[in-house]
Amino acid sequence: MSLLRNVRNWLDQRLGWDDLIAPLRKKTVPLHKLSYWYFLGGITLFLFVIQVLTGILLLLYYRPGANEAFESVQYIMTRVQFGWLIRSIHSWSANLMIFTAFAHMFSVLFLKAYRKPRELTWVSGMILLFLVMGFGFSGYLLPWNTLAFFATKVGTEITGQVPAIGKPVMIFLRGGEEVTGATLTRFFGFHVAVLPGLATVLILLHVLLVQRLGMSIPPKLEVQWTANPSAKREMKFFPNFLLRELMAWYVALGVLGALAAVFPWNLGVKADPFGSAPAGIKPEWYFLFMFQTLKLIPPKVWFIDGEIVGVLAFGLIGLLWLLLPFFESDEPSSMKRWITGLSVFALAYVAGMSVYGYLAK
Amino acid sequence: MAILRNKFRPLSAAHVGLAGFVVLAVCLGYGQTTNSCLDCHSALPDPLGVSQETFSQDIHAQKGLTCASCHGGDPTSDDPDKAMSPKAGWKGKIDRKHIPQLCGSCHSDPAYIRQFNPSLRTDQLDQYRTSVHGKRFAAGDTKVAVCTDCHSVHDLRVPSDSRSTVNPANVANTCARCHSDADYMKGYSIPTDQFAKYSTSVHHEALAVRGDLSAPTCSTCHGNHGAAPPGVDKVQNVCSNCHAFQAQMYEKSSHKKAFDAASLPGCVVCHSNHGIRHPTDAMLGTGPDAVCMRCHTPGDACDQARAGLQTSLSQLDAAIKSADQILGVAESSGMEVSEARLGQDQARDSLTKARVTIHSFRTDLVDQDIQAGLKIAAKNLQAGKQAMVERNYRRAGLGISLIAIGIVLAGLWLYTKKIES
Repeated sequence: MSLLRNVRNWLDQRLGWDDLIAPLRKKTVPLHKLSYWYFLGGITLFLFVIQVLTGILLLLYYRPGANEAFESVQYIMTRVQFGWLIRSIHSWSANLMIFTAFAHMFSVLFLKAYRKPRELTWVSGMILLFLVMGFGFSGYLLPWNTLAFFATKVGTEITGQVPAIGKPVMIFLRGGEEVTGATLTRFFGFHVAVLPGLATVLILLHVLLVQRLGMSIPPKLEVQWTANPSAKREMKFFPNFLLRELMAWYVALGVLGALAAVFPWNLGVKADPFGSAPAGIKPEWYFLFMFQTLKLIPPKVWFIDGEIVGVLAFGLIGLLWLLLPFFESDEPSSMKRWITGLSVFALAYVAGMSVYGYLAK
Repeated sequence: MAILRNKFRPLSAAHVGLAGFVVLAVCLGYGQTTNSCLDCHSALPDPLGVSQETFSQDIHAQKGLTCASCHGGDPTSDDPDKAMSPKAGWKGKIDRKHIPQLCGSCHSDPAYIRQFNPSLRTDQLDQYRTSVHGKRFAAGDTKVAVCTDCHSVHDLRVPSDSRSTVNPANVANTCARCHSDADYMKGYSIPTDQFAKYSTSVHHEALAVRGDLSAPTCSTCHGNHGAAPPGVDKVQNVCSNCHAFQAQMYEKSSHKKAFDAASLPGCVVCHSNHGIRHPTDAMLGTGPDAVCMRCHTPGDACDQARAGLQTSLSQLDAAIKSADQILGVAESSGMEVSEARLGQDQARDSLTKARVTIHSFRTDLVDQDIQAGLKIAAKNLQAGKQAMVERNYRRAGLGISLIAIGIVLAGLWLYTKKIES
């Protein structure tokens, strides 16, 4: 213990360690029956760190290129010591991260944690959610298997439906008119350089804002606690909350390990650009609600192409969702109830359409 | 008046000429587009009825030919007497005796056919004359098939059209219209069960069920315009068009000499003809599907060789299935065994090759393929076992990791309780 104390003294003398962690010591977390929702952001962050670490390890062997990508992932899965584990954890962790990011977004929505003064926290979080989906879309192509190839083809085709900018964006994403090795190289670049860079900056901003503004308290509880300050209950962030967060991370690690060992991520069959698309091809589950919606829209809505209407509608909804906190004022209004109703509808829609899309042939 | 006349005069020559040209053009146009035959015949009942819709599907109509091209007459006249006047070359219903010659008048003329389809053959009539149909027809038997019986008439389509009566998918049904009709075939002393047998065959399955248009139908083995049953000594030449390797093996085998000596029809002896079933290893056995024992005596040298071949094939088949089974379990456990799966295809190829080599009737050649297959299957089986060992190792590792995580969790929980108490 004296060694630890010595290290701490050494750091304190040079960096002012005690001053640095003083805010953490003062920081508290509201304690109420919904406190466990606060863990979701931390778990998402933990899974992101897992992604970065396993991603770096995969980079040691992965080779981007239409002729090498599949074989290199196959090599990782079969020849590299614990390669299967690293790749499976990377894939499972990516899916769990997207799930926890969505869950975190809805928990913030239902607990109304996006309200003033936390608008920027919400906006940065929403952009992070879009980036996480971008990670999923770009990373899905990297093993260059049949499903990934055709899912990317369909996905980029949908992007191409956006009026005016759609076609140039599609060509930019694909690196040409078709999905080829050039697309793979681009997606690799987005996946390991562009998106991680943007995500790191935004995560730092997001966490900084959370630390700066503290944890939000649900509105009803806030009113009660303001009226009766003695009813207020809190927990120290350090070490009490952090220890619990650590336990949640350990549970997540156990779940990841179990999934990776019992259900290693399938590699599939190498993509054949001249082959036909597998029947009933579907995107990954997190894009399924949008995919199914686009399928259900009639070919023509009035005189506009149905798919264009769908893509534009999702774009508009995404933008409005990003700006959601700015539609809610401090004053009690019908807008508050409207946003809660919309949130319930959004959750039911996303979940319902995803299940429908999964079951639909 | 003089002024008017003077004005009219320069106009008259040009205008009269122009008017005459227009009238002529309208008349010619009318003549080209009007087909008075169809005006009446589309309203008539069968067998005289031919609708505009039906005839428009006919390849001849699509190429610009009209009723008059075959039947003569004047389709531009609305007067039935003039339209069907012998003076206008009207032939009426074409006598069955004249059909091959009539069709051949165009289809045997390379210069004429070239303008429509340069790659279309022009020897159909010549071939027809060499066929059983053609020979009987020449001898005065008008019951035998002529061009229109197979190709239909008035709605004749190109063979590549799936609705054509001579499209590969429809040929067997077209032949069966006569050849499966026992009453119609009475007097010809040939069976009428060919289509029924063919419908149970592996060839029919490939064509009708799997949609493989390259699979054999009647005309593949018998020819089309020159249709004739292959001679007993020529059967292997017919089968070898597709089954080249089997034929090569058979040509060099001891069975070839023996079958030739006994005037046995090669492939047909073991595989039959129209009702060819999917060959199985049971053909080498002694059960109901056995073929060797129809000729060979139990216990003789050939019977022993047969038994050896069957055992070898069964052995390789079983080895492949064992490897498949363990690889299937490993794969469903999420193990990456695609390389071994690919190897299984090689083992299956060896088995197929061995089954082909059976046609040499040489145990040493078959054994080479069997041994090659067994070696590959053993390697794949080993890969499957290794994958299962790896799977169990992973699960044991997971168990240990989960215990370690559980201990840390318990420690954290206890520590939290301690600092909060």
